Amino acid sequence: MSWLEKVRNKIPFIVKRETPDNLWHRCSSCQTMIFNKDYEENLSVCPKCGFHGRIGSRARFDSLFDEGDYSVLPPPVVQEDPLKFRDTKRYADRLKAARLKSGENDALLNAKGLFGGRQTVIGVQDFSFMGGSMGLAVGSAFVAGVKAAIECRSPYIIFTAAGGARMQEGILSLMQMPRTTAAIAALREAGLPYIVVLTDPTTGGVTASYAMLGDIQIAEPGALIGFAGQRVIESTIREKLPEGFQRAEYLLAHGMIDMVVPRFEMRDRLISLMDYLLPVSEPA
Amino acid sequence: MVSYLDFEKPVAELQTRIAELRKATSDEMDLDREISDLEVKVQKLLRDTYAHLTPWQKTQVARHPERPHFHDYISGLCEDFIPLAGDRLFGEDEAIIGGLARIDNQRVMIIGQEKGNDTASRIKHNFGMARPEGYRKAIRLMKMADRFGLPVVSLVDTSGAFPGIDAEERGQAEAIARSTETCLSLGVPLISVIVGEGGSGGAIAIAAANRLLMFEHAIYSVISPEGCASILWRDAGKASDAATAMKLTATDLYGLGIVDRIVLEPVGGAHRDPKSAIAALKTALLQELAFLTPMDQDVLRSMRRKKFLDIGG
Ligand SMILES: [Zn+2]
Repeated sequence: MSWLEKVRNKIPFIVKRETPDNLWHRCSSCQTMIFNKDYEENLSVCPKCGFHGRIGSRARFDSLFDEGDYSVLPPPVVQEDPLKFRDTKRYADRLKAARLKSGENDALLNAKGLFGGRQTVIGVQDFSFMGGSMGLAVGSAFVAGVKAAIECRSPYIIFTAAGGARMQEGILSLMQMPRTTAAIAALREAGLPYIVVLTDPTTGGVTASYAMLGDIQIAEPGALIGFAGQRVIESTIREKLPEGFQRAEYLLAHGMIDMVVPRFEMRDRLISLMDYLLPVSEPA
Repeated sequence: MVSYLDFEKPVAELQTRIAELRKATSDEMDLDREISDLEVKVQKLLRDTYAHLTPWQKTQVARHPERPHFHDYISGLCEDFIPLAGDRLFGEDEAIIGGLARIDNQRVMIIGQEKGNDTASRIKHNFGMARPEGYRKAIRLMKMADRFGLPVVSLVDTSGAFPGIDAEERGQAEAIARSTETCLSLGVPLISVIVGEGGSGGAIAIAAANRLLMFEHAIYSVISPEGCASILWRDAGKASDAATAMKLTATDLYGLGIVDRIVLEPVGGAHRDPKSAIAALKTALLQELAFLTPMDQDVLRSMRRKKFLDIGG
């Protein structure tokens, strides 16, 4: 990580400390108040009830790469606001606001670094950036992540989180489904593992494309994972949804994923899986 | 009797007038002249109206209950059709129909959503909204076509994949993803046609094709205009605005490079003259087949992959 990135990583941290509102975090599951600092050190997992809160891309990278050391891949250049879309607000303005708030270019960030001693490319989708939604930028970042992985003969590990496709990019967002799927085919042909970690929430077109095509499918506890949104289902079938419907554990019970892995164990579990799927690592 | 859409009221009024004149015609009163004048007027009005449909009006045309559906295309396009059923995993989903067919003596695998034409058949076909079984059947048939060197033609007409508990529990998302993946893996030509509604993931699952054709008044979008309006405008009543903003018409999508060819519809839409619409599609399909069939399987596969990898790249 360059000094600039290190400084940049620290900025939101400092800003948060300055506002007293942000001193405490209330667990959305058990309502326990936790010191923000403790919550973040606990990887946004409630120490009381184990609820897995949402976590940003960089915090995720920090928790995964060896010594928390990695370099973020540059975001791909894509055509902005290709449809000149406007609802009650201009999409261009919504995008600007999301960038200002997050300090990131879009919802999917790739990083490269040593992971269990091997060069590895990891992508993380951030739900806080316009609901993690998949448009040209996310699609391009995914393709770039796969490409980087093929170049350094590494697996591609993707942490998904998205409400679905980015409607403001219309059909072009839908086309990211076959586009990312075509990228995965290239990774498979290169003989490299493609690992999906589903995090809360992963729904819509993202689930119905690259989020369901992993060689190994992992989910974080309690993550909401599905194709159709719960309200859409309820209004279609006019029935209450069963308890735990579309949660990680439900998908596990229905044969859709290999395992549910808590955030603290994620790094070790992924590394052990790589030890099976990749050639024995040479000293870095 | 044709059912008229809201914006076709002036046409409906003229037609009523024509019907009245026909009734009034007798030996003493020859109204042929008036009738034929009015008929010319109707044609002109239809032509003008349909030349300037808004995206929301096109949405209504695309969903018109009398628009030709999968079975109509089969009987109009194919000399022979042998339906193949089931996914071999769970069940038979009649929202997606598929089978072996001959089009102008060319052997193909044809797959598509069927919406149904009356209450009983709509229920039977679940209004063209497939469950995972439907997509898994499509996967099975596409793979079979690949093994036996048959080009695949898919006819897309769905508001979307079925949003239900059973569909989710059997892996709707996975089924769609695998179906898209299968489209991209084929070493035979895959030609897709948006014949009515191309609704989101439920459409792309069988439409990641070498060539994408689209009827003039069909629509293809990432979410329904109503869905988009209720999420982004927080008002489903803004569907018309959403339809315009999303750029879901054939012309828009051709301009964006997503659609490769627009198939023109008869005056007043495919539902006014299904025969001509189907004939127009047949001509287009035969040209596409002639173009793609001689290609090598690796070329077909890599061409198709590149086409999608390049979208936004
Ligand atoms: Zn808690």
